[in-house]
Amino acid sequence: MTKRGILSYWRFYLALSPFYILFLIFGLYPMASTILLGFQKWDGFSPRTFVGLQNFAFLIEDSTFWLALKNTVVLFFMSTVPTLAIALVLAVMLNSAVRFSSVYRIAYFIPNITSLVAAAIFFAAVFSTNFGLINSGLRALGIETQDWLGQPWGIKIAISTMIVWQWAGYNTIIYLAGLQAIPREQYEAAKVDGAGATRTFFSITLPQLRPVVLFTVVTATIGGLQTFTEPQVMVGNSGGVGQSGLTIVMYFYQQAFLNNDYGYAAAIALSIFMLVLLFTAINWKLVGGRGKQ
Amino acid sequence: MRWHWRGATLHVVLAIAGLLSLFPFYWTLVMATNTTADIYRFPPKFTLGSQLDDNVRAVLANVAFFQSMGNTVVVAVATTLLVLFFDSLAAFTFAKYRFPGRNALFVILLATMLLPAQLGAIPQFQTMAAFGWVGSLKALIIPAAANAFGIFWLRQYFSSSIHDELVEAATLDGCGFLGVYRHVALPSARPALAFLGIFTFVGSWNDYFWPLVVLTNPDHLTLQVALSSLNRSHGVDYSMVMTGALMAMVPLIVIFIVFARQFIKGATEGAVRG
Repeated sequence: MTKRGILSYWRFYLALSPFYILFLIFGLYPMASTILLGFQKWDGFSPRTFVGLQNFAFLIEDSTFWLALKNTVVLFFMSTVPTLAIALVLAVMLNSAVRFSSVYRIAYFIPNITSLVAAAIFFAAVFSTNFGLINSGLRALGIETQDWLGQPWGIKIAISTMIVWQWAGYNTIIYLAGLQAIPREQYEAAKVDGAGATRTFFSITLPQLRPVVLFTVVTATIGGLQTFTEPQVMVGNSGGVGQSGLTIVMYFYQQAFLNNDYGYAAAIALSIFMLVLLFTAINWKLVGGRGKQ
Repeated sequence: MRWHWRGATLHVVLAIAGLLSLFPFYWTLVMATNTTADIYRFPPKFTLGSQLDDNVRAVLANVAFFQSMGNTVVVAVATTLLVLFFDSLAAFTFAKYRFPGRNALFVILLATMLLPAQLGAIPQFQTMAAFGWVGSLKALIIPAAANAFGIFWLRQYFSSSIHDELVEAATLDGCGFLGVYRHVALPSARPALAFLGIFTFVGSWNDYFWPLVVLTNPDHLTLQVALSSLNRSHGVDYSMVMTGALMAMVPLIVIFIVFARQFIKGATEGAVRG
């Protein structure tokens, strides 16, 4: 190829430009500006004042922030662990049952495209204290009913149930695709070696599935640490009784758009970003790292 | 014989999981076709009722449903078309052409996927205020008009499905850059574009955080924000609120079932390859 001036490539740069221009204005600038704002005090009207590390010092002392952080992490585990476990079991079963496979797949996927707001309204109704379906069921069985949305653990159970419902099917489909990509010969070789079903699962299926598991864990982490809509619709902006449904993104929303304490909210946003990076790195180490032998 | 039983057990478990997946839709339908009093009974009514008309009328009286739905349709359609155009153009360029800075630009593209968008919401809101877009649908459409995920995903598709010779042949035939894009790239990428289109449409239809922040006029909302505000003001009137939820879900479910095969195929391909 002969040397050409950089200007002769203008068509290609023009074709790429929409994304990068939009990213500069609506991605990079807001992020950089948020970092700056984290060191300032601002209510949106009066001039911004530089306050150094004051927002972060306040954050460390703020018990609501720690509560929101704890809620977020607890909700993340309460929803992600069952979601991925159920998905793995269903995917393995679906991989061996060939009939109706596409019907199951569609049925499992539908919750994932359902509006979060509509689903949250539905689950709030199902967990409702006096007339919810869950309590009707308990009453019919003669078991004591619970004030689900009126107590801290009940709120967390209701929210994680909804997340499991919405994501178990999606992850099933992803795992199934991963399972179908494993070469048949490996299973046949294991059979020849006399390995049983359990050993085959742990020595072939699971290691081969590792990259897909990493993908689902990272996706679940990035989504889970930013949980907002489910609790916001189910128990309101305050996070419900004892603020037990208050997640860290809800706290960010509260401080920014309800209290207009923009500097402090920016500090919260930065801490969420650090948290996402930290969790992603941990996932990478736990699930991905051992893959490279 | 043993296999027979195992197969049956498998299908029972899979079917129960399927019913649990779909049950909320049936129960929403039950609540939307009965009165709130029927739902408040013990034992509750498990069958469909005849109150749907009344409930729909109550929803329409309490919230500007069709206007919100119209807004949602405008945002979802405009966003989808823009994303399909900008993302495919960029993806094709990355996949089939060489130019200085290509790799660096692509690495930047990948890195942007790590930034959680909603955390930049405060400066984003200020930008919208400066542009005069607060409360306007433009605030939802323009920032979402191109995205890294779609470019990344389509680039993989273009790289593996279009041969370089085809691009060269079209170029020799006198096709310019845009001509090759139109006559070679777009026709061969139809399944990939279908997936990205549905994915974008669904995401846009269900988006909640940013519309909640930027749509400040209560008479000019998207469906999700309107539904949430209906829930907040009339939460105890289950049958009416569930009817609203039903009306907000149905269009998307219909679209999904029509395109389900392509969508599920696309969703899994990205995960397994990536």
